[in-house]
Amino acid sequence: MTTAAGTPTDRSVLPVTERYTLLGWLRRNLFSDLFNSLLTIVAVASIFIVARLILRWAFNTAEWGVIPANFNLIMRGQYPAIEAWRLWLVIYLLGTTVGLVWRLIVGQFNTTARILVAIPLVLMLIPFFSMGTRLYLMITAVASFAGYFIAGYLPIQHRGRAASYFVMAYLVVMLILLRGAGADDGPMPPVQPILWGGLLLSLLLAFFGITLSFPLGVLLALGRQSKLPAIRVMSVIYIEFIRGVPLISLLFMGQIMLQLFLPDGFPLVDRVLRALVAITLFSAAYTAENVRGGLQSIPRGQYEAAQAVGLSTYQSTIHIILPQALRAVIPVLVGQFISLFKDTTLVALVGIFDLLGIARTIIANPDWLGTQQEVFAVIAVLFWIFSYTMSFASRRLERRLGVGQR
Amino acid sequence: MSENASADEIIICQDVCKWFGDFQALKNCTLRVQAQEVVVIIGPSGSGKSTFIRCINRLEEHQAGDIIVDGIPLTRDVRNIEQIRSETGMVFQQFNLFPHLTVLENITLAPIQVRKMKKDEAMDTAMGLLNRVGIPEQADKYPGQLSGGQQQRVAIARSLAMSPKIMLFDEPTSALDPEMIKEVLDVMQELAETGMTMLVVTHEMGFAREVADRIVFMDGGEIMEVGTPEHFFTNAQHERTKLFLSQIL
Ligand SMILES: Nc1ncnc2c1ncn2[C@@H]1O[C@H](COP(=O)(O)OP(=O)(O)O)[C@@H](O)[C@H]1O
Ligand SMILES: [Mg+2]
Repeated sequence: MTTAAGTPTDRSVLPVTERYTLLGWLRRNLFSDLFNSLLTIVAVASIFIVARLILRWAFNTAEWGVIPANFNLIMRGQYPAIEAWRLWLVIYLLGTTVGLVWRLIVGQFNTTARILVAIPLVLMLIPFFSMGTRLYLMITAVASFAGYFIAGYLPIQHRGRAASYFVMAYLVVMLILLRGAGADDGPMPPVQPILWGGLLLSLLLAFFGITLSFPLGVLLALGRQSKLPAIRVMSVIYIEFIRGVPLISLLFMGQIMLQLFLPDGFPLVDRVLRALVAITLFSAAYTAENVRGGLQSIPRGQYEAAQAVGLSTYQSTIHIILPQALRAVIPVLVGQFISLFKDTTLVALVGIFDLLGIARTIIANPDWLGTQQEVFAVIAVLFWIFSYTMSFASRRLERRLGVGQR
Repeated sequence: MSENASADEIIICQDVCKWFGDFQALKNCTLRVQAQEVVVIIGPSGSGKSTFIRCINRLEEHQAGDIIVDGIPLTRDVRNIEQIRSETGMVFQQFNLFPHLTVLENITLAPIQVRKMKKDEAMDTAMGLLNRVGIPEQADKYPGQLSGGQQQRVAIARSLAMSPKIMLFDEPTSALDPEMIKEVLDVMQELAETGMTMLVVTHEMGFAREVADRIVFMDGGEIMEVGTPEHFFTNAQHERTKLFLSQIL
């Protein structure tokens, strides 16, 4: 397009009155010329129409009763109600661990920390929550604050190492709490993973899928660059095979075939665990390719400088190459993890009741016929919240690590 | 240490040959360097200067001939290679600092990881070295925040932190703006005065004249001529040496 006068984006040439006013901003950004003005009008009109449709549906048509009635199912699937205290304990401890680790790694109560503490407090505002739930949410906020506070008084020398110990301890305690132990009529009876469900299961599958596939993927990426042909060839075959098949087929293979590969008399591996194995193996291949991109971005001089100061191959990989390679691919990896989180819904197709599986059982229930829209809308929002949180956190992390980059 | 050479010959290169595919980059290069000697290597671009000094710490592998560093024969044996590397520092044209580590971390990494030095001790040593190269105030910055001259001085400090017996320099000032060349050359001259054995590839003829004990002229992968600076600047023997010197001076 040819415009006679250039668009007035340089503030200093504007009349004083228009430089910092709302009107001035609107003029510069939304109505700078005829075409831009038209676009603005069309966009605003479309947003208005769509928003009106959605709001009208949400407030007039939708029957939201299905959500509170099935809330526990959506949150934790068939996990027994009398054992729900264990889940709350897992959440309190999560709060405490985050608080502790925050103090040790970040060291200050900044905006992100405030947002984190605010999450349970904001959730308290959800209308249909019982007073009990609200109280538990409150305890969660207090627990995370307490973790942050306590960490300030711990005599800790190696902060990073201490933080990783806390996280590992938390994960062990979490699994013990979830899984239970001892007799069926004991204080903490076992709960089989197949009973875990809903949001709880979706988050667990995503979390363990990511944390288990990440180291495997890094090893595969390094293996693909190895000087030893056997390791290189095996890595390439693995990566290319996995990338060539859809996740759903791996999930079915896991359900049906894993048992065939195991020796006779091997105890039946839990269905959820089989799904987790498939997800992990799948994700590792993609992590490997993404990390390889990072490895290739490291200039040769870095390897040479590391060799010249006497670092072994292992030492230079750990201290020089991987930190730079991983930093370079954070955005790609987080993108991959977000897709993985959403892809875990495929387990619903092999009979596991994650968020999507639960949603399907609810709408199949005769009591709640015709509530697909409401149920799926809520499921979508839940997925959006967690996916968006991940991408928000990754952008923060990038900015934090960006310090001192070349 | 080695019986066959005079006791203070710290680098012995005998008929070293190196091929990149079909292309021969080094042709029977022979050079013996005394401990505490400063040897400057000059020659046109592509003559094999970098390849030659990179063979000495095995960044490149030579295919024929012998290299013995401080009595240790350079073979495929990884232990020998590691030992030679830990006695040999190297400074690169492009600095090659580790961009994700602070200046102090760049310097202390190898002493802590390779020499298993205590962190405090390594930091003290590193601060001493930063003082020596004149930039103690930059300790906590990242390489990307420093000027080229400062980065190259950090790179020198990083090499010195391993207390090497030999320092290899590959055109350490070629990537620097003119006003920063002197600060790096000054550090190198000071290092030479403390008795460090140095092998320096450079086009800085002033430095060669003033600091070098001997100058080596390479061309087409061969060592054409070796001699004192006076010899080079007054009566160089080979036509190609004279031609090169006339172009560069
Ligand atoms: N990695 C390599 N692969 C192939 N040829 C190389 C490689 N490195 C150097 N060479 C060739 O070897 C010759 C000597 O290179 P080099 O030692 O870098 O020269 P100089 O440092 O004297 O400029 C050049 O012709 C160069 O093209
Ligand atoms: Mg060179």
